[in-house]
Amino acid sequence: MITTPTSAEKKVVGRSIVWLMLSPVIKIWPELAAIVAAFLVGAIILVVTGHQIGETFAYLFRGAFGSRLAIGFTLTRTVPLIFTGLAFSIAFKCGLFNIGAEGQLQVGAFAAAWVGFALPPLPPLIHISLALLAAAIAGGLWVLVPALLKAKRGVHEVVTTMMLAHVGILLTRYLVFGPFKAPGWIPHTPRIAASAELARIMPPTQLSTGIFIALACALILYWFLWKTSIGYGIRAAGLNPHAAETGGVSVTRSIVVALVISGALAGLGGAGEILGVFRRFVEGFSPGWGWDGIAVGLLGRLHPVGVILSAFLFGALRTGGMAVARATPVPLDIVVVLQAMVILFIAAPKLMKILKRRGEKE
Amino acid sequence: MIDIWNIVDIALFAAMLRMATPLVLAAIGGVFTERAGVINIGLEGMMMLGAFWGVATSHWTGSPWLGMIVGMIVGGLAALVHAFLSIKYNANQIVSALGINILALGLTPYLSAMIWGSRGASAAVTGLPRWEIPLIRDIPVLSEFLGPHSPTVFLMVIIVIAAHLILFKTRWGLHIRATGEFTKAAATAGVNIQRTRYICVVISGVLAGLAGVHLALGHLAMFSWGMTGGRGFIALAVMIFGNWRPYRAIAAGLLFGFVDALQIRLQGIGVPVQFPQMLPYLITIAVLAGVMGRARPPSDIGKPYD
Repeated sequence: MITTPTSAEKKVVGRSIVWLMLSPVIKIWPELAAIVAAFLVGAIILVVTGHQIGETFAYLFRGAFGSRLAIGFTLTRTVPLIFTGLAFSIAFKCGLFNIGAEGQLQVGAFAAAWVGFALPPLPPLIHISLALLAAAIAGGLWVLVPALLKAKRGVHEVVTTMMLAHVGILLTRYLVFGPFKAPGWIPHTPRIAASAELARIMPPTQLSTGIFIALACALILYWFLWKTSIGYGIRAAGLNPHAAETGGVSVTRSIVVALVISGALAGLGGAGEILGVFRRFVEGFSPGWGWDGIAVGLLGRLHPVGVILSAFLFGALRTGGMAVARATPVPLDIVVVLQAMVILFIAAPKLMKILKRRGEKE
Repeated sequence: MIDIWNIVDIALFAAMLRMATPLVLAAIGGVFTERAGVINIGLEGMMMLGAFWGVATSHWTGSPWLGMIVGMIVGGLAALVHAFLSIKYNANQIVSALGINILALGLTPYLSAMIWGSRGASAAVTGLPRWEIPLIRDIPVLSEFLGPHSPTVFLMVIIVIAAHLILFKTRWGLHIRATGEFTKAAATAGVNIQRTRYICVVISGVLAGLAGVHLALGHLAMFSWGMTGGRGFIALAVMIFGNWRPYRAIAAGLLFGFVDALQIRLQGIGVPVQFPQMLPYLITIAVLAGVMGRARPPSDIGKPYD
């Protein structure tokens, strides 16, 4: 039997529908607020330095989403950010700062390139898998010393991962300027074999099947962190190491596993760029994807889905920023400023809690 | 066979002193903030901002001295943001300092493009003068080593001595050390934790700003993109290698300064520069690992206090 709802009931239902639609917005309110606040500061900087806000933001938006091509470029830049954002997130889930992802990304990229150009042509599936594996191992190894020092001796991983990042950047620079430099003026290695290339899926952009690898990594990481006991141990160690230890979690093992996976993900990010975009190791191929991963992870609340979304946002910002720099006198660096402002605004949990409380009242 | 004395001469040691200056200045800043219990990995960004605004001020006013003061103030203001977020709002100290670094990385080329029409480099500006010490001007080897240098070099030596005296010979220094070592005990004993931390973080920014001024106005008389070149991070290495003590920091700073000066020389004769450039980082990891000596940070470092 169907009864017609009374007006009071209609009101309740209506309210709860509105609530259902709004609740995700309210949940991500601190992050949205941080983005809005960052854009406000960006707008103020633009005005103070004598630029048009409307024009700049219009170019930014159109450059990132305005055409099929623009979206392709944005997605291309989203891929490495997903990897480095995930890398930062899994370490931070365990209460650790891997801020050296840039170094792990570079050594991973070089390892992938080496497998790509040094091995004879192989069946693509095998060649690509080997290159990815090499990159993951290189990235993971690069963070092993900080991981062991943290786990065994309590040495703060911020300093060690950062110092090793610089060592990694310098090492690959040496390799590409020295022993592995292809003939010619440009510091790059020989081209990888065609069998190691990730296929382009949206020509003429360089978007490759690397995006599927990135998304798969996000899915696997979600499953690993929330559905396995090792993942549970990592999260528990991150929340409260003492309680976790009492509860039977090996904090030492969690630290090592989390950091090594983090390094491996950063290394895969480097591999995606080499196999999908550049097809060889090029000096300076990364504009700092490893450093950007920190902001991506923080804005994505360390959750794989959040990381995908914020990687897309930062990829769009960079792509849009390049369009702005081409079309207007505003330098690309405004994007870096926006990114810094996002970090500063989401840095302070207390500040965000105040914003959140306001958000929930409305 | 390379003639080693073509590479190692007195000018190399003078260069060591110049290269060590920004490292030691920022490292002393690091000693203050970490002794008070606040990590500041934003030294690099504060140094960059100090260098930029020092040059911009000299460009507009023609006075490098005013540039020096503004550079220090801007460094201090950036540190104040870090202090505000991490002390008042319990922000993660690593995150807020990283934010400052990235802000400096974006803001300086942006403004450089506005002022000089180039993201990469500023116009040449008036730099700081070169000073000599009157008494030793006529002593052959020593005069070459100790001058003529930018005033910031001499200022660095004074600051190291002052930092040692403040930290280890004054009551306030005791308060600072207690704040980073046993925060709760210090608070019980009546130390104003928040104020001590604010002041120490700002000191670190001012010194990092001065380090940037040394690079930009004492060394080159211009600003170029990324001119700090990771020296803010090497300064952290200097601080750790110096075991959070000013006198040891100057020794560590001179060692890394020597490596820095040497790698420029080696570059000239075709040795890959990347390996000497790695040394400060590798030495720091070795020190932290306990392979070379033992470094122990203040125990209550990085913990917010309400």
